[in-house]
Amino acid sequence: MDGVVHLRKQLVDYSASLFQEGFLDDQFTQLQQLQDESNPDFVVEVVTLFFEDAERLLNEIAKALGQGSIDFKRVDAHVHQLKGSSSSIGAQRVQKVCIAFRSYCEEQNVEGCLKILQQVKEEYWLVKNKLETLFKMEQQLLAAGDS
Amino acid sequence: MIMDCNCIEPPPGDELLTKYQYISDFFIALAYFSIPLELIYFVKKSAVFPYRWVLVQFGAFIVLCGATHLINLWTFTVHSKTVAVVMTTAKVLTAVVSCATALLLVHIIPDLLSVKTRELFLKNKAAELDREMGLIRTQEETGRHVRMLTHEIRSTLDRHTILKTTLVELGRTLALEECALWMPTRTGLELQLSYTLRQQNPVGYTVPIHLPVINQVFSTNRAVKISPNCPVARLRPQAGKYMPGEVVAVRVPLLNLSNFQIYDWPGVSSSYALMVLMLPSGSARQWHLYELELVEVVADQVAVALSHAAILEESMRARDQLLEQNGALDRARREAETAIHARNDFLSVMNHEMRTPMHAVIALSSLLQETELTPEQRLMVETILKSSNLLVTLINDVLDLSRLEDGSLQLDAATFNLHSVFKEVVNLIKPVASVKKLSLTLHLAPDLPVYAIGDEKRLMQTILNVVGNAVKFSKEGGVSIIAFVAKVESFRDARIPDFIPVLNDNQFYLRVQVKDSGSGINPQDIPTLFTKFAQTQSPTARNSGGNGLGLAICKRFVNLMEGHIWIDSEGIGKGCTATFIVKLGLPDRSNESKAPFVHKILGNHGPTNFAGLKVLFLDDNGVSRTVTKGVLVHLGCDVTTASSSEECLRVVSHEHKVIFMDVCSGIEGYDLVERIHQKFTKRQDRPLIVALTGNTNKVTKETCVRVGMDGLILKPVSVDKMRGVLSELLEHRVLFETI
Repeated sequence: MDGVVHLRKQLVDYSASLFQEGFLDDQFTQLQQLQDESNPDFVVEVVTLFFEDAERLLNEIAKALGQGSIDFKRVDAHVHQLKGSSSSIGAQRVQKVCIAFRSYCEEQNVEGCLKILQQVKEEYWLVKNKLETLFKMEQQLLAAGDS
Repeated sequence: MIMDCNCIEPPPGDELLTKYQYISDFFIALAYFSIPLELIYFVKKSAVFPYRWVLVQFGAFIVLCGATHLINLWTFTVHSKTVAVVMTTAKVLTAVVSCATALLLVHIIPDLLSVKTRELFLKNKAAELDREMGLIRTQEETGRHVRMLTHEIRSTLDRHTILKTTLVELGRTLALEECALWMPTRTGLELQLSYTLRQQNPVGYTVPIHLPVINQVFSTNRAVKISPNCPVARLRPQAGKYMPGEVVAVRVPLLNLSNFQIYDWPGVSSSYALMVLMLPSGSARQWHLYELELVEVVADQVAVALSHAAILEESMRARDQLLEQNGALDRARREAETAIHARNDFLSVMNHEMRTPMHAVIALSSLLQETELTPEQRLMVETILKSSNLLVTLINDVLDLSRLEDGSLQLDAATFNLHSVFKEVVNLIKPVASVKKLSLTLHLAPDLPVYAIGDEKRLMQTILNVVGNAVKFSKEGGVSIIAFVAKVESFRDARIPDFIPVLNDNQFYLRVQVKDSGSGINPQDIPTLFTKFAQTQSPTARNSGGNGLGLAICKRFVNLMEGHIWIDSEGIGKGCTATFIVKLGLPDRSNESKAPFVHKILGNHGPTNFAGLKVLFLDDNGVSRTVTKGVLVHLGCDVTTASSSEECLRVVSHEHKVIFMDVCSGIEGYDLVERIHQKFTKRQDRPLIVALTGNTNKVTKETCVRVGMDGLILKPVSVDKMRGVLSELLEHRVLFETI
C-alpha cells in the first residue's frame, strides 16, 4: 500500500513539474479527461500518433531545407502541421518554437530556419522523453495497484 | 216400229221401205249391243265409278232394247207364234227395265250433275291457289330484296353511301325509271334535290316545303301516289309521246339530335326528307300494294340507318372534343406542376441565397457597431441593422408562410414559462407604446398555468404580432392584454361556429384578448384581414404599412395549434379587440416545480450527452483529428473524420448535423462550404458548418461569415467548450464566437 501511495505521489509531482516547466499545457489535461473506461488508452494513442507524425514532419523539413533551392512554402506547411499537432496534445514548448519557425520561413531566412529546426528537434526530444517517462510511471502505478 | 202382228201383208210398193227398216233395226241392235260392252269395258277400267248397279241396269235396258229390235227383224216376214211370244216377252222385259232405269235415273242424274259442279269448284280453287302462290312468291322476292337493301344500307355508317345505295337498290328492285331524294335545307323552308338515281349531279332544285302535295306525303307514314306533274316529280324533261309512269312519294324521318326521344321516334320527328319513285314511262305498270309496302319498309330502314350515322357522327365529334380537352387539361396540369416545381426551387434557392448575404450584412453591421464610430456613423449603422433585421424577418415570414402552406411546418413542443412569454412581449412593446404615450396593461388570470407545453417561439410571435398591431394602430388611449384559460362553455361563441373543442386531461385552451382604443376597423373589412397580402382600401386600414403577412401567419400558427383567431370592431374610431384561442399542453405535476433548463450560455449547463448526433470533422492534421474526435466521442457524438475536402464531400450526408472544419490547417475550406451548400439545397437537410480556427484575427471571422458558415469557434476546444458549442448550435443554428 505504501508503495502505491509513493508511486502516485511521484507521478503527481512529475506531472506537475511538466506543467510548470511549460512542457505541457492545459490541452494535455483535456486529453486526460477524455480517457475513460470506453477509451482506456486514449492518451497513449494520441501521443504515439503525435510522435510518429512529428518525426515524419521533422524529417521532411530537414530534407526540404537540405535542397539546393528551398521551397519555403513547403517547409512552412510542414511546420504548420507540426504546430497543429503539438498544440493538439498540449506540447506547448514545441508549439511555441514552431510559431517562431514560421516567421523565419516567411522571411525566407535559411540560416534562421536551420537553427530553429535544431531547436524544434531538441524540444521535441525533450517532451518525448518526459512523456515516455510519465507513461512508464503510470504503468508502474497500475501494476502496483493491481497486485 | 212394232208392226201389227195380224200379218197383213204390206203393200208391194213398201218392199224398199221394209228393206231400209230391216237394215236400220239391225244396226240399232248392233249399236245397242255394243254400247253396254263399251260401258262394261270402261267401267272395269275405272276404279272410282260408284254406280255399277246403275250401269248394270242400264246395260240390261240397252241389251233388251237391242234384243227387241233384233227380234223385230223376224217380224217383217210371216212369223210363227213362238217368235211372237219371244218378241212379247222381250218387249215386256224391256218395258220393265226401262221404267226401272228411268226411275233410278231420277236419283242418279242430279248426283252426276253435282259431281260436275264439284269439279268446276275445285278447278276454280286451284286457279285461285295458283294466283296466291304467285303473289306469295312475289312477296318473298320483295322481302328478299328488302333484306338485301337493308343489309346494304345498314352496312355503312356513311350518310351518302346509305342514301345512294338506297336509291340504287330500289331502282333495281322495282325497275324504276327515276328515284330521287329531297332533303330539307338548313332553313327548313325548302326541300332540296339531293340525290337522284339516273342523273349524275343533281342540280340544286329546290321546292318550298309547304306545298300541299308535300304536306300530304308528310302527314302519313304510307307511300302516297302523287301526280307525275307535281314539282317534286318533274325531274327530267318529258320523254315525248309516252305517258309518264306513276309516281309514288314517301317520307323519311330524319333524326334531330337535339330533341331525340327514344320512345316517341319517329312519330314526332321534326323534319322529313322526301323520297320520290317513278315507274318507267310508257309501260302500263301500276304500283302494286306490295311494292308500296316495300317502299315504306325501305323508307323506315333508311331513317334508322341515317339516325345511326348521325349518332355516330355526334359521338365521334364528342370524342374528339374530349381528346382535345384532355390534352388541354394535361398541358395545364403539367404547367401547374412545372410552376410548383419552379416555385419550390425558387423558394429553396432564395432561402439560401437570401439568408447568406443577410447573415453577412447583419453580422458585419453588428461588428461595425462595436468599433469606434462617430455619432452619425453609429446612427447609420443602427439604421442598417434595423432594416436588415426587418428584412430577415420578412424573409423568414415568407419562407415560413410557404412552409405553412405546404403543410411542412411543424410546431415544436417543449415546456416553457407561459407567464414569462407575456412579460417578455410587454417588455418588448413597452418602449414603442410609451413613445406613443399609450398605456399597456397585462392581466394574467390567476388560474393560468405558469408552465405550458407548446411552441414558445411561435406563440410569442403570434402575441407579439397581435399586440404590435394594436399598438401600431392606436394613436391614443391604451392597449390591454388579458390572458386566461378558456372554459368550454365560452366556445358557444357565434364567431367560431365550426369549433369543436377536444381536450384531454393534460391540455387546456389559452384565450388571449387584446383590446385597443385605436382607429377601429370597418366590419366589412374584417374577413380580408387574415388574407395574406390583402390590403383594405380605406386609408385608416389596419394593414397599411405592414407587409400584409403578419396576421395571415398568425392565423396559420393559431390553426396549427388547433385554435381560432378573430377580430371584432364596432366600427371606425371605436377601437377593436383581437382574440385568439390556442390549445396548449399541461406539463406533468412533477415537472411544474422544476425550472425548465436554460441553455443559452456557453457553459457547463446543458445536456451533456448528444447521443448519436452525427458529426463530421475535417482536419488534415492527424493528431488534431484524433484529439478532437476524442472530444466529440466523449460527448457521445457519432463522429466521422475526413482529412481532405474531397473525402469530406464523399462522406457527407444529410444525416450529419454538424460539420466542423479546421480552417487554419491550410485546407481551402471556404470553397468546400460552397460545394456543401450546393449539395444540400434544402435548408433542413443541410448540416451546420462550423469553422475551427486558431487564428484570432478578424479577417478569418469575416471570411467565414462571408462564405456562409454557420459558426466559428476558436481552438483549443475543451470538452466543456465543445459541449456548450454543440448545444448552442443545435438550438440557435448559428454561433460566432467573439474574437
